[in-house]
Amino acid sequence: MTQAHGPADAAPATVHGHAPTGFIRKYVFSLDHKVIGIQYYFLALTAVCIGMILSLAMRIHMVWPDASIPFFGAIKPEQYLTLMTMHGTIMVFFVLTTAPQSGFGNYFLPIQIGAPDMAFPTLNMLSFWTTFLSFAVMISAFFVAGGAPLSGWTNYPTLSAIPMAGPGEGLGEDLWLISIALFCVASMMGALNFITTTLDLRAKGMTLMRMPLTCWSWFITAILGLLAFGVLLAGGILLLMDRNLGTSFFVPGGLVVSGVPVQHSGGSPLLWQHLFWFFGHPEVYIAILPGMGVASQLLSTFSRKPIFGYRAMVYAMMAIGILGFMVWGHHMFMSGMSPYSAFAFSFMTMAIGVPSAIKTFNWLGTMWKGKIRFTVPMLFAIGFVSLFVSGGLSGPFLAQPAIDIPLHDTYFVVAHFHLIMGVAAIFGIFAATYYWFPKMYGRMMNDALGKIHFVMTFVGAYCIFMPMHYLGMAGNPRRYSQFTEVKYLAPLIPIHKFITYAAIITVSAQLLFLFNFFWSMKKGKKAAQNPWEATTLEWTTATPPPHDNFGGVTPVVYHGAYEYSVPGAEKDYIMQTDPTPVPAH
Amino acid sequence: MADVAVQHSVAGAYEPSLFGTYSKKIGMWLFLLSDSLTFGALLFAYSYGRISTPNWPTPFGKASIVNATIMTVCLLSSSLTMVLGVLASKKGDHKATVRWLLATMFFGALFVVLHAKEWNGLIHEGLRPFSNPWAKNVPQFGGTFFTLTGMHMLHVTIGVCYLGVVALRKKWLPILLGIWLLGWLLTPATNVFHLGIHVLLLVAVVSAVILVLKPKVYDAHDVEIAGLYWHFVDLVWMFIFPLVYLMSTKVV
Ligand code: HEM
Ligand SMILES: [Cu+2]
Repeated sequence: MTQAHGPADAAPATVHGHAPTGFIRKYVFSLDHKVIGIQYYFLALTAVCIGMILSLAMRIHMVWPDASIPFFGAIKPEQYLTLMTMHGTIMVFFVLTTAPQSGFGNYFLPIQIGAPDMAFPTLNMLSFWTTFLSFAVMISAFFVAGGAPLSGWTNYPTLSAIPMAGPGEGLGEDLWLISIALFCVASMMGALNFITTTLDLRAKGMTLMRMPLTCWSWFITAILGLLAFGVLLAGGILLLMDRNLGTSFFVPGGLVVSGVPVQHSGGSPLLWQHLFWFFGHPEVYIAILPGMGVASQLLSTFSRKPIFGYRAMVYAMMAIGILGFMVWGHHMFMSGMSPYSAFAFSFMTMAIGVPSAIKTFNWLGTMWKGKIRFTVPMLFAIGFVSLFVSGGLSGPFLAQPAIDIPLHDTYFVVAHFHLIMGVAAIFGIFAATYYWFPKMYGRMMNDALGKIHFVMTFVGAYCIFMPMHYLGMAGNPRRYSQFTEVKYLAPLIPIHKFITYAAIITVSAQLLFLFNFFWSMKKGKKAAQNPWEATTLEWTTATPPPHDNFGGVTPVVYHGAYEYSVPGAEKDYIMQTDPTPVPAH
Repeated sequence: MADVAVQHSVAGAYEPSLFGTYSKKIGMWLFLLSDSLTFGALLFAYSYGRISTPNWPTPFGKASIVNATIMTVCLLSSSLTMVLGVLASKKGDHKATVRWLLATMFFGALFVVLHAKEWNGLIHEGLRPFSNPWAKNVPQFGGTFFTLTGMHMLHVTIGVCYLGVVALRKKWLPILLGIWLLGWLLTPATNVFHLGIHVLLLVAVVSAVILVLKPKVYDAHDVEIAGLYWHFVDLVWMFIFPLVYLMSTKVV
């Protein structure tokens, strides 16, 4: 046995039994996965605040182009593109990739599988600090000469490859690329850690098929991250070389920028699109899968029913993961690809709808005839399902080249991806926050404030993003700074105004959340050990959990995570660690 | 250190791990998986440029191919010595392990030196990341050549240093710094490796940190994991050699 499990030091180095003392080792350069999870969470919280402010500035500029916005001044068109680029980049990388996976995953994956820490705590700390550095580099792009880049979060060449191509395309663009390269490295280290932990550190009895679906989602997300970020890293290196060493991977010949001929030839901008989207599509699943895991967990817990089709849920996530690597071409229908490849990509994309639909129906099946408890986390989980469906339904349309070609680069696409990946994933984060807050801080978040927050955010999200479908179908292009001067778009301005008002209100509503979060940390009602009457391991240990999670013991697991309302059982839930056998049902 | 692996094995407190491996080995496999995707993307970029460019230059004459073949033999031999090193460490024969690891490092270092010489020759002939003397309108040739082989050379260099840490531990640091200093002083300032050699300095810093954190004798498992890395780097070369060299031999 010893042989099979390797040398003694193959284990987490932090599990020394004693928690570190001293502020720096405990809270700054901590090796404790729980502290690191919270660090990631606060990084994401900072990022989302910045991202939201940028989006408000964009929305305001769009309908009142001459308005002078505090802090931003009067926005120029190229500045709009900068805001848009940084908004998208910050949201996708530093919010949606960071909070659900690195934040909550770090905190709860080890606890939910009964491990004392991640498999490689030092690497875990390194991942966080690399992410932090990456974020600092990204933000610094705002402050260098020329400002932040304006080539969008997709960063397509040739705009992104030629320093003279725009105001932010000098140093700002280099910083963007360096930041993303660091982010890739950090994410790969994190993913490696998650996978190893899941494979190697499950407590006795915690077989793979007894894991909560949250753990499955973090595990599969980590696999996607491990495979996808390496490709973006390679693309980023090549683009940096094009910009700084004069290579021509992405730049074709014969370009003239501001009257100056460009000294590149023979490259292909499409190469970047392939590399980027080979990463980019899995990335959207990296953003949404943890939300799916959280939704599954919460819907079952608060419906007091076992999850409907546990195995189907696991296999569906695996299928999504695999198919997710075969559909990147659906972002490139406009690139002049062969209709045969377009057909193949279109077909694969439609195929991904099948496991997604399986998940949706299983969520509904879970709630069906359940004794639903409408707590705040449950509301956000239901909101997640709703947004996932609303955003998902436009997917099969965009998946068909014939429909995508007119809709491409219009607000229809903006509506689609904001609903399904933007706001849905944010709802997953909110659900997780309200659900696990009592475990993390020992207090409950305020219920009334939470409900108001939910209603405003839910209605607000629909008000912002639903009308964008109509804008898109009416031909309103995406990534344009203002529409007030354009004749054929004039009738759409009222819709734009409505969206902007909705955005201002919805963003303001997030102050409620922030207030609730920090106020409840200090003043919230003290939480019981297992306030939601859930079954998973994190609710069996102290709050907040001790340094090694279970105070020197390793839990033993006897059941899956979804033993709710088991007929004949004493209570309507059976903890995973409860040794009494579950009556057949 | 009441650590997990002890409980893991003694008390049976954990589920048996997949394939009976242990964390560090899984970790290395996963790293190699993601690294193979990075190399895969670079090879894709190369193939993409190559297929879409009609008159790709084929400059590698007999001397180049012979050189590259010798380099390949170096790597193949190093894989063999690595296997022997892993076997020796499994038997607990520390002396033999170190000897085989040093042999592996020797072949690896020879590979890098030969490669560097070749780079210098090509640069002398006029090959640049953005142009080449053989086909004026195919700047991709130099770009892909230097990226792919450079990335691989970096991996071999790191591999040699990795084995150095495993085999010699603290004693490796002064040797590494010596190599760095010699390399730096002996290459003329116009040579790319005059600058490139500073990678060793970075590696030395990282090695020092690792040695401070883990000042222990590396055991059979560590040797095995280092071996995984080493074989992977060899494997990558087995793609680069045919794709970059053999497919671009000079046609006479
Ligand atoms: C308060 C909520 C939000 C509002 C009002 C908002 C608004 C906007 C606006 C106006 C654009 C520019 C569209 C264009 O000009 O083409 C945009 C782009 C974008 N947003 Fe949001 N957004 C919000 C939340 C989010 C979230 C949560 C995400 C996370 C995925 C996100 C991701 C993106 C991305 C990826 C882009 C595309 C950037 C690009 O084209 O490169 N947004 N958003
Ligand atoms: Cu996609």
